[in-house]
Amino acid sequence: MTGTAVPPQGRFAGAVAAAAARGVLVVQPRMGMPLPADMRAGLAAVRRARAATVGTITLDSYTRVGDHASARKALAEGSDLNGFPIVAHGAEETRRMIDALDDPRFAIQVRHGSPLPLGIVEALADAGLDATEGGPVSYCLPYSRTPLRDAVDAWARSCEVLAERVPGAHLESFGGCMLGQMCPPALLVAISVLEGIFFRRHGLTSVSLSYAQQTSFPQDREALAAMRRLASEYLDGVAWHVVLYTYMGVFPQTEAGAMELLRSSAVLAQVTGTERLIVKTAAEAFRIPTVADNVYALEEAAGAARGADPTTVPEADDSGLYEEARTLVESVLELDPDVGRALLKAFSRGLLDVPFCLHADNAGKSRAYVDQGGRLQWLSAGSMPVRAVAPAGAGRLTADGFLTMLSHVQRRFDGPVLERGRGRSGLTSSPSKV
Amino acid sequence: MALPSTAKGSHPAHAGKPRVLVSSTSSDSHTWNLVFLQLLLEEMGNDVVNIGSCVPDDLLIAECRRHRPDMVVISSVNGHGALDGERLITALRAEPDLSRLPVVIGGKLGTRGSSVFGQRLMDAGFDAVFEDSAGIEPFRSYLELAPHAVELEATA
Ligand code: B12
Repeated sequence: MTGTAVPPQGRFAGAVAAAAARGVLVVQPRMGMPLPADMRAGLAAVRRARAATVGTITLDSYTRVGDHASARKALAEGSDLNGFPIVAHGAEETRRMIDALDDPRFAIQVRHGSPLPLGIVEALADAGLDATEGGPVSYCLPYSRTPLRDAVDAWARSCEVLAERVPGAHLESFGGCMLGQMCPPALLVAISVLEGIFFRRHGLTSVSLSYAQQTSFPQDREALAAMRRLASEYLDGVAWHVVLYTYMGVFPQTEAGAMELLRSSAVLAQVTGTERLIVKTAAEAFRIPTVADNVYALEEAAGAARGADPTTVPEADDSGLYEEARTLVESVLELDPDVGRALLKAFSRGLLDVPFCLHADNAGKSRAYVDQGGRLQWLSAGSMPVRAVAPAGAGRLTADGFLTMLSHVQRRFDGPVLERGRGRSGLTSSPSKV
Repeated sequence: MALPSTAKGSHPAHAGKPRVLVSSTSSDSHTWNLVFLQLLLEEMGNDVVNIGSCVPDDLLIAECRRHRPDMVVISSVNGHGALDGERLITALRAEPDLSRLPVVIGGKLGTRGSSVFGQRLMDAGFDAVFEDSAGIEPFRSYLELAPHAVELEATA
């Protein structure tokens, strides 16, 4: 998707655009291993998968919080890390790892979760990579106790460095996934669009807006349509596409349930014209996925997308989600001519308020619930310009009630499997395809 | 529910109720686990101070001194729990005033599903280790017994 003038696209955005032109959904894993040899083998396996793939280098949690000393120590002691420590390895080592792939031009994105990403952006640029992910809000509130103000400054600077150093660089907003679950769609759409505007303001010409699958297919369908409409209204002059994340909350524990949820996200992506999908695996509820888990999930998702029949799936809702998201975007942009300052004011006034978010710069007055029809709704909207329709008898949240709320999707997908009496083993041991 | 507010960090002093400090580790940003533990601990009659995610060791130590909790509950699910836990408990136990403070840890402590860190973390200084795979019941029982353990120690 492109606005008026078509800016030149880098390797990553180019690969997505080429697949989109053929009507093929690009599928992408979350994948990061501590050692370069394993990381390289993982990328090679993703490239070889029977699907239109792009690769991912997911960074470990030490690198995310800027604690490179702990990452180095873990490497030296041979301890497990939950991702690839790009700064600890350094750009040279990372570049060697990529050059050793049979296709060194394979499109790869660095995914992290860092409120202060400058060092990571420099390392990926030095290593010859051209795509990453994040945003001043979406990589701050769910990922840190860093003040939002610092994240906005650091992201502004990092966008500029990325745009300057890497022609055609691509940046994806993580705004469609605030805390992974229980955030109503209109707010996800609005934050993604606002971060897209922020990226453009700081020099990027190739962006993607994200949306994480929530609790209801028709509601998600409406949200993705709203996102495309808002992107075409606000991102003129920038090349953009939409990326869907398979469900990001508490995941089914049976293999069959997990794969059914994965396939439903692939069908959702296909029928909404979404260009790219980031998958989850059957290991999600238990542990970091193996390469084999990921390849299996990529192929499963690609197959489901190919077989999707738009005439047999539920239509989009017509609940006014576009208007709600647009109102949120407009009321933020009105606060300040600079979108970064507007975001800061919006959070301090509670005009944006992410449910259940503990971050000190989030107002914490909003709450959400899953309604009878399985849709995610506002229980209370705090000071946001949206309407909350609380159900009768919404009581005090208990620990058990909290887990029941969070496991809505898990139960819906595991329930039928357990009733059929199969998949039971998945509950006690982690599924493995290795 | 009043959602915990991390930075504001203060709490009403509920005389008589045991005070429990809930915290993540330095590298872990997950918070649903922290909210769950807060609710559970409050229901079991504790006064909870939830200091949130990505808590550096120094901050944890400072918060322990500020709030003087009866127990500290560390939660981590990002796969670095064993590494972060071992480092933080070593630092905490090196402080003479905190060397006997009851501190437990739980969650998904490694990256491979089934984990084997219990003994190592106990040796490093935790009073109990709760692996995610064992469910929440062992923790409930521990909490029911814990106050008595403290009493016994006090009278011994
Ligand atoms: C939601 C989610 C997120 C959200 C979190 C937002 C937020 N601020 O909280 C987002 C999308 C941002 C996210 C990010 C990441 N995540 Co995450 N996330 C999840 C997910 C899908 C659900 C977690 C959840 O909400 N659970 C609900 C709460 C209530 O339960 P719980 O956390 O499972 O805890 C239970 C028990 O463990 C136990 N418990 C926990 N702590 C303690 C402590 C004590 C003392 C006791 C007794 C019990 C106990 O009690 C709870 C109730 O039973 C899980 C997978 C899943 N479970 O489906 C992955 C998961 C936890 N994430 C994971 C990872 C690795 C990450 C990242 C590092 C990214 C990455 N490399 O993939 C980053 C974190 C960055 C960082 N700095 O650490 C891994 C951890 C792997 C492992 N341990 O082997 C998981 C398992 C996914 C996976 N399979 O890869 N994540």
